[in-house]
Amino acid sequence: MRFIQELLKGLIKENPIFVIVLGMCPTLATSTAVNNAVGMGLAATFVLVCSNIMIAVVKGITPDKIRIPIFIVVIATFVSIVDMSMAAFVPALSKSLGIFIPLIVVNCIILGRAEAFASKNNVLNSLADGIGMGLGFTISLTVVATIREILGAGTWGAGKWLSWEWDGIRVMPQSYDPMLIAILAPGAFITLGLLMGLMNKMMKRTEG
Amino acid sequence: MNLFAKIFFLALSALFIQNFVLSRFLGLCPYLGVSKKISSAFGMGMAVIFVMTMAGAFCFLVDAYLLVPYQLQYLRTIAFILTIAALVQFVEMVILKNSPALYKALGVYLPLITTNCAVLGVVLLNTTQSWPDGSAYSFLDATLNGFFSGVGFTFVLLLMAGIRERLESAEIPDCMKGMPIGLILAGCMALAFWGFMGFKM
Repeated sequence: MRFIQELLKGLIKENPIFVIVLGMCPTLATSTAVNNAVGMGLAATFVLVCSNIMIAVVKGITPDKIRIPIFIVVIATFVSIVDMSMAAFVPALSKSLGIFIPLIVVNCIILGRAEAFASKNNVLNSLADGIGMGLGFTISLTVVATIREILGAGTWGAGKWLSWEWDGIRVMPQSYDPMLIAILAPGAFITLGLLMGLMNKMMKRTEG
Repeated sequence: MNLFAKIFFLALSALFIQNFVLSRFLGLCPYLGVSKKISSAFGMGMAVIFVMTMAGAFCFLVDAYLLVPYQLQYLRTIAFILTIAALVQFVEMVILKNSPALYKALGVYLPLITTNCAVLGVVLLNTTQSWPDGSAYSFLDATLNGFFSGVGFTFVLLLMAGIRERLESAEIPDCMKGMPIGLILAGCMALAFWGFMGFKM
C-alpha cells in the first residue's frame, strides 16, 4: 500500500540524516542528551507533518513563482506555534534547545520535503511522508544522542522529561570517567561521521 | 566600551571563540555541501558575508521600529525570515542588473542562503545577546556582528575546502568517502578551535 510505503521510507531507505544528509545543524547541536534529542525530534516532526498537510492542501492555488516564500510562511507559522507552546508548557526543554526551536524554520528537511514531496502529492501521502521523515529524524537524532550521552555522561535518558525528573539508566559503571569531548562540539562531528560511515558500509552489504 | 574595543571583541568572538560553524553549529549544510572546491567555497562565503551584514542591519531595524513598539516580539521568527527572503531576492536582482560577472560567480549560492540557518541565527542572536555590561546591541553592533559572523563562516569554509581538496588524492576506505570523512575533519577542526574557548573577554 502506498501510504505504508511513504511512511516507512523515511526510517531507513531515505533517512533524512544518514542518507539524504539534511538538517545537520539541529542534529549536531541538540544531540548532547537523549531527552533534548527526543524533544527536538518531536518538535520538528510536528512542524513537518503540519506543513506537509498544509502545503498539500494549498498546492492547487499556489502560484509557481512565489511558492518558496509561501512554503516558508507556512512553516514559520507552525514553528512559532511550537516555539510558544514549548516555552509555555515545557520551559526547561525550551531553554536547553534555545535558538534551535525558531531555527526549525530553516531546517532543510522541512523545506526540502515541502518542495520535493508535499507540493506534488495528495494530502494523505504527504501526511505519511511527514510522519515517516519526522520519525526517521527523531530516531537518528536519538541514536546519535545515545552514543554521545553514554560516552560523555555515562547515563542514558537522564534529565527532565516534561515535568518529571529522571536520573536515567546508568550504562557505564560508577567509576567511569566521563569523556567530556563526546558532548562537546568535536564529539558531535566525529560521532556522526563514524555513524554515517557505518551506515554506508551496511547499506552496501545489503545491496551486494 | 569604545568602538574599537567593540569591533575587536565581536571579530575575535565570531572568528575564533564562538565560531558560527564549529562551536554554535549553525550553517552546517553549506559548510559540508559547498566545501569541495576552494573557488566555490569562496563564492559562497562572499555571498554569505554580504547577506549576513545586510540581514543584521535590516532585521535590527524591523525589530526596533516595527516589532518592539507594537509588542509583536512573538512574530520575530516570521518577520525575520521574510525580511531575509526578501533581502536575498532583492540582492539577487540588483546584482543581476548591475554586475553580470558577479552574478555568475555568486548567483547559484544566493537562493541557498535564505535557508542558511547561520543568517537567521545571527539576527535572532542579535535580539537576545547583550554586552557583558548588560546593554543591548545597537544598530551598529548588530550590523558589525552580522559582518564578522559572516567572515567567521567564510574563514572555516575556506579552511575546510583547502583540506578537502588535498583529501581527493588520499586513500580512505570506501564507506568513509565524501560526507563521513568530511564530518570527521570538521570534528578535528572543532577540536582545534576548542582551544580558544578559554579566552575570557
